[in-house]
Amino acid sequence: MNQASTDMRSVIVEREIPHPPEKIWRALTQPHLIAEWLMQNDFKPVVGHGFNLRTTPYGSWNGVIDCKVLAIEPHRTLTYTWDSGDGPLRVTSVVTWTLAPAGTGTHLRMEQSGFRSDQPQNYQGAKFGWQNFFAKLEQVLARAD
Amino acid sequence: MPEPREPPDLLFRSLADPTRRAIFERLCREGEQTVGALTAGAGVSQPAVSKHLAVLRQAGLVQDRHEGRQTHYSARLGALSPLLDWTSQMTGFWQNRFDHLEDLLKRMDQ
Repeated sequence: MNQASTDMRSVIVEREIPHPPEKIWRALTQPHLIAEWLMQNDFKPVVGHGFNLRTTPYGSWNGVIDCKVLAIEPHRTLTYTWDSGDGPLRVTSVVTWTLAPAGTGTHLRMEQSGFRSDQPQNYQGAKFGWQNFFAKLEQVLARAD
Repeated sequence: MPEPREPPDLLFRSLADPTRRAIFERLCREGEQTVGALTAGAGVSQPAVSKHLAVLRQAGLVQDRHEGRQTHYSARLGALSPLLDWTSQMTGFWQNRFDHLEDLLKRMDQ
């Protein structure tokens, strides 16, 4: 009966940033700096280290993201798991940061890959034509911003 | 296994009816409306529209506002956030965090 989706989805955000990789690396790996732009945390730049990111609880979500460092290559790449929520809203994902020198700055890329079990497209989707509905709705929401 | 009555189930059920969905989509597109205005375009009676609005309200999808003898209904788009594809939610989240990161990097110069 379990029709949970297992298809991977990715979110990619890339930006040219006018600061050198070494400096961005500090912002990505020092807990007090991570807290300033991402969330409160107990990050350590050690492969295998488990840490939490904590934000304000929202609805039934406790605001905690469970992470574990998977890979580190100083000033180049950083990869950690990013799991949050429970039940149908559980997200299991991996976040990978890539830093590449670009002139005097850096091309910074973040990719988050993972899946959630209750994607509306897969939730009895064909039956009610949800896919179409949500596509339209997202257009409405985009205009509402 | 019994299905848990998660909020998304309520949302899906309330939007499964095409007339109700049309009313909700119209509130999303056109903003706040009275029951009378909604009835004019719905193709069903005013009591039927009122019943549909009550179901939408129970699911948190619409809110009502009383003004004199009129009740105005509007869509609560935030109620849909658990249902929207998490990739679009997360893209918005990360764009925002990149902004914060750039602000921090500027401050680190000083």
